[in-house]
Amino acid sequence: MDAQSYHPVPPGVGTEENFLSLDDILLSHQRLPVRTECAFPRLGFLDRSSDSEDLPEGTKMELPLWLSKGLYERKRRVLSVELPKVYKEGWRTVFTADPNVVNLHKMGPYYYGLGSQMLHFDSPENPDIAQTLLQTFIGRFRRVMDSSQNAYNEDTSTLLERLDCLEKALFQNENDLLPASKYY
Amino acid sequence: MMFCEKAVELVRELQRLSDGQLPAFNEDGLRQVLQEMESLYDQNQADVNEAKAGRTDFIPSIKLRHSCLLRNQRCVTAYLYDRLLRIRALRWEYGSVLPANVRFHMCAEEVEWFSQYKKSLASFMRSIGGGEGLDITQDMKPPKSLYIQVRCIKDHGEFEIDDGTVILLKKNSQHFLPRWKCEHLIRQGVLEHVLS
Repeated sequence: MDAQSYHPVPPGVGTEENFLSLDDILLSHQRLPVRTECAFPRLGFLDRSSDSEDLPEGTKMELPLWLSKGLYERKRRVLSVELPKVYKEGWRTVFTADPNVVNLHKMGPYYYGLGSQMLHFDSPENPDIAQTLLQTFIGRFRRVMDSSQNAYNEDTSTLLERLDCLEKALFQNENDLLPASKYY
Repeated sequence: MMFCEKAVELVRELQRLSDGQLPAFNEDGLRQVLQEMESLYDQNQADVNEAKAGRTDFIPSIKLRHSCLLRNQRCVTAYLYDRLLRIRALRWEYGSVLPANVRFHMCAEEVEWFSQYKKSLASFMRSIGGGEGLDITQDMKPPKSLYIQVRCIKDHGEFEIDDGTVILLKKNSQHFLPRWKCEHLIRQGVLEHVLS
């Protein structure tokens, strides 16, 4: 079926999710390393490695982004969310040095989306994270668009494998227009 | 074990089909999500009563289950809404009569919704075009010519064009027909536009 008439709800921009966006729902399904800062009675079963009925304070485990966002409170000690490795200083230095080197599909695949969502958790590193996300995107954007428009002449499969979801969507959009622009 | 796994599966089912096709209505999946929501709600009711009686340490758990309820609600709403977007697109791609295999994939409420949508669209189209009405579902791309060469891919029987002539659409026959008469048949896969 020609996809012309089907227009799904797009993902939100920046730190905002679109409630009805399928992409945002799947993005927020990703898991994050967290530490509980209070006890959760009768919910011990959420931690696979534990046998207790209650989920004690200080448990280190993984929770999906949607639940982390739902429970996190700036002023209260409920949850502390750890930055996934790819947004920490070590990796940020790699991205700054050469953004094109990294395989964002393996490190993500929602590198930009998840990174933007991480800003919800008030880490002191937030300004640096935001800056790195932006600079990485700018650094890689040119190559993504160039390759997409030259897809008839190049083998783009190796590049495609290393793109995160946002970049892939941009690539796809450009690519879909190729036959039309060639015709023109 | 984590809550809301079934709900996100519903969303995945649709997200995988990025071309807009409509999969079968997942009544079973929906029922499981609603059951999980009832169970979460009941547990929270019990804990809220305890919390009111003094056990404020139950509050974090209540909040967690509440997040799960909201998540399930979000997934179900997005699932149903995205399906309506696909069904709406069907009116524009297939015309007002849906093929049986597509209708099979719709639940009763979605069939009713499609019928209402068709009526709204029809009354809108009647109201424009200077009193005569205008079929805006035709010629969605600017046409290059008024008549086109088509080949019949499936037997479709007799087909009448505006001047009263009856054409027999037999598989593999070719015809030179007015574009506006053919568009729907092309989209339904009965005719194929022959590009010279």
